[in-house]
Amino acid sequence: MRIGIDVGGTNTDIVLMEGREVRAWYKTPTTADVTAGIINSLRHIIDEVSLDPASLDGVMIGTTHFTNAVVERRHLQETACLRLGLPATVCLPPMVDWPDDLRDVVGNHYFLAHGGHEFDGRVISPFDESEIRGIAEQIRDRGISAVAISSVFSPVNTEFEVRAGEIVADVIPDANVTLSSEIGRIGLLERENAAIMNGCLRTLALRTIAGFRAALEQMAIEAPFFISQNDGTLMNAEFAADYPVLTFASGPTNSMRGAAFLSGLRDAIVVDVGGTTTDIGVLQQGFPRVAALAVDIGGVRTNFRMPDTYNIGLGGGSLVQSEPIAVGPRSVGYEITDRALIFGGEEMTASDVMVATGKVDIGDRSRVTQITADFAQNVEGHMLEMVTNAVDRMKTSATPVPVIVVGGGSILLQEEIPGSSEMLKPPHFAVANAIGAAIAQVGGECDRIFSLEGSTRDEVLDQAKDEARQRAIAAGATSDSIEIVDVEEVPLAYLPGNAIRIAVKAVGDLEGA
Amino acid sequence: MLREIKWVDLEPLAIGAGILGTGGGGNPYLGKLQLRELLKQKGKQDVIAPDDLADEALTMVVGSIGAPTVGIEKLPEGTEMKRAIRALEKHLGQRFDAVAIAEIGGSNSINPLIAGVQLGIPTVDSDGMGRAFPEIQMSSFSFNGGIPVTPLAMADCRFAEVIVPKAADEFWAERIARNLATSMGARSGLAGVVMTGRQLKDHGVHYTLSLAHALGCRVLAGRDANEDIPTIVAEVLAGEVLLRGKVVDVFRRTTRGFARGWVKIDDFAERERLQIEFQNEYLIATINDEVRVTVPDMICIIEDETGEPVPTELLRFGTRVAVLAVPGAAQLKTEAGLQVVGPRAFGYDVDFQALPGGVVGERPPVAQHM
Repeated sequence: MRIGIDVGGTNTDIVLMEGREVRAWYKTPTTADVTAGIINSLRHIIDEVSLDPASLDGVMIGTTHFTNAVVERRHLQETACLRLGLPATVCLPPMVDWPDDLRDVVGNHYFLAHGGHEFDGRVISPFDESEIRGIAEQIRDRGISAVAISSVFSPVNTEFEVRAGEIVADVIPDANVTLSSEIGRIGLLERENAAIMNGCLRTLALRTIAGFRAALEQMAIEAPFFISQNDGTLMNAEFAADYPVLTFASGPTNSMRGAAFLSGLRDAIVVDVGGTTTDIGVLQQGFPRVAALAVDIGGVRTNFRMPDTYNIGLGGGSLVQSEPIAVGPRSVGYEITDRALIFGGEEMTASDVMVATGKVDIGDRSRVTQITADFAQNVEGHMLEMVTNAVDRMKTSATPVPVIVVGGGSILLQEEIPGSSEMLKPPHFAVANAIGAAIAQVGGECDRIFSLEGSTRDEVLDQAKDEARQRAIAAGATSDSIEIVDVEEVPLAYLPGNAIRIAVKAVGDLEGA
Repeated sequence: MLREIKWVDLEPLAIGAGILGTGGGGNPYLGKLQLRELLKQKGKQDVIAPDDLADEALTMVVGSIGAPTVGIEKLPEGTEMKRAIRALEKHLGQRFDAVAIAEIGGSNSINPLIAGVQLGIPTVDSDGMGRAFPEIQMSSFSFNGGIPVTPLAMADCRFAEVIVPKAADEFWAERIARNLATSMGARSGLAGVVMTGRQLKDHGVHYTLSLAHALGCRVLAGRDANEDIPTIVAEVLAGEVLLRGKVVDVFRRTTRGFARGWVKIDDFAERERLQIEFQNEYLIATINDEVRVTVPDMICIIEDETGEPVPTELLRFGTRVAVLAVPGAAQLKTEAGLQVVGPRAFGYDVDFQALPGGVVGERPPVAQHM
């Protein structure tokens, strides 16, 4: 059996799953002390089904804690960035495009050194050990222990980042070193940004993961625990403490993976209706379609494989206006249980209007009798149109596709969405997120530029697939369960001589789960 | 008219240049970032009107050459273009007085400003296309002016410099430059198309930097005031809104480095269907099978609500867009021009049908600043 926990900004959701079956679930407000909230929800589940903690194979935790720390600029430690690539890259130093307040919090400590590679593996300039040692000493003298290291084309050749990391660790004994090649792909600024954000989250990550571990120990759970990553796969707790930045955007991914699992569909549109917003994403072969563009986190550009979601300001708590009819983007959010009409409040929310249509029965119906049937119908039509337009935007063709509706606010959608072949509201839709965490697999990626000189396209493709497979195994996947789920080839059209960029993703089941 | 560019001008300039990019021209993100940092230090870059350039003044165009995929990883040292220009000066034994713009559409509007700031010489408010095209010789400087691309100079991040004094023709110049760029690590600065002030005045598409900037300013102001952006864009560019609707189908394939394909857009009432053929840029527009816009006239696609330019790579089913038909610059519609950038030059079996009027290349009415 597995436990999936989603620690969101508002709620902490927990599910207990046995095989493909949801045995129990529970939703509770997230507490300031994350550990206490997890203990509370674990206790509830264990009591409800008289669970023997020894029967658990794994606990999977999805958390927005680290994303929120960056967005809110809280709990971040000063981090130095060392970039290798001189004389190239000088004109755009590390953190050049960061919001000023975040750059100040992190300290704006950056150092440029020689090194780096060309696209074809040639060296930009030779690695200079004494130069790196000198920089490491300066970092040490500033009292900084978190160090992010980036090197030009390190996804093609990691050698210089690794060597620089060893020197830094030698000079600064308690250093937390993050190598950009371990967390990102081609795109120097974006990959480096992620490495620096990872650096400034390391202390918080150690503390948070220790808190999770303490919660499980207190409940006598000895099963291994895992943290969800942005691509819908898992990392083990030790790895997560080193790479907290990889949890960014795991929330929407988990919710979409959960929706796929609950509905049994692998290709569909997922509409996740929350209290304030609705997120629309696309499932392709059971995984979220990833965004083609750079994604900002807390104002910082990254090139993570983030789910391609489109958000509209429509949720269960959205405020409704008449003359002309408008719904959202303002919302009462999590205060819906106090401020909506049906719950004794004074604000007309989208949920109130749905109760007035007679199609939904929650709260106190008598409090919405002043909403006319005509008006309610018009507002419902308006909301349906908002969702229809957003769904259209995410579709890749005019062919109708199934739509899976999940999330607490999904009562707003009672009619078929035009352009959908069917509309499903699977059971347990309110905890799709935690389910997504519970069912997650482990994965490995390979993304680099290959030269086709002297080898065929098929040979390099096989080589890339094999690298991704090996990484999945290193992450804990059983080798016979591994599937290649994504292959992307980008011929470098402007280069004579055959260079090709290949990105491969492999996923597999976790050993013992 | 624009007299200078400060860092606050970069956002409107990028929007305007993006719209004039007619679907192509490249992503200006990194160039904009480098220029922003330079302008924060130096304050401003001077812009000179073509009229104010002396006949005997010496100018050229400058840009970055290489693979875009490499460009996002191996960031420039930063002075490659400046050093290419200096190398060309040494070769010619003459100093340049100003930097001209190869194409105003997309990211290439930014490079001549970067090089200009670094050299302390002004950027001329004039370019060779008044829009974007995929190849350097698809330029009024080339087909109307007969100005060769060579001598050209290239420089890389390791401070290497190469001069190509002469090439058999523009095709060979391009091929030689591409191969040099590859051995330099697929990213170099390039300066070429050396011309006099007189040649630039005779053959450039003028005031396009001003136009791009003014257009971006109007779009941003329109957003703040909740105005109808497609109407504003049509007004500024003396074009018409051809259709407003939704992308219903996109087809693309990549051949010989070109992103080719078509997009179909239905109007909101679903009465009319617009089809646009593209090859890096939008080239031919037909409504219900009737040809309405032909290259070198311009087809600009913007997001219906925000006016944000929609390049071909971001075309997606469901996107709500406005399509504008904008008369191209007069310099592109000459006999010589149509042979290089007319519909047949791109392989379409239709004649060029000029849209009436036009402001691209004309003197802008008033200076606008944010």
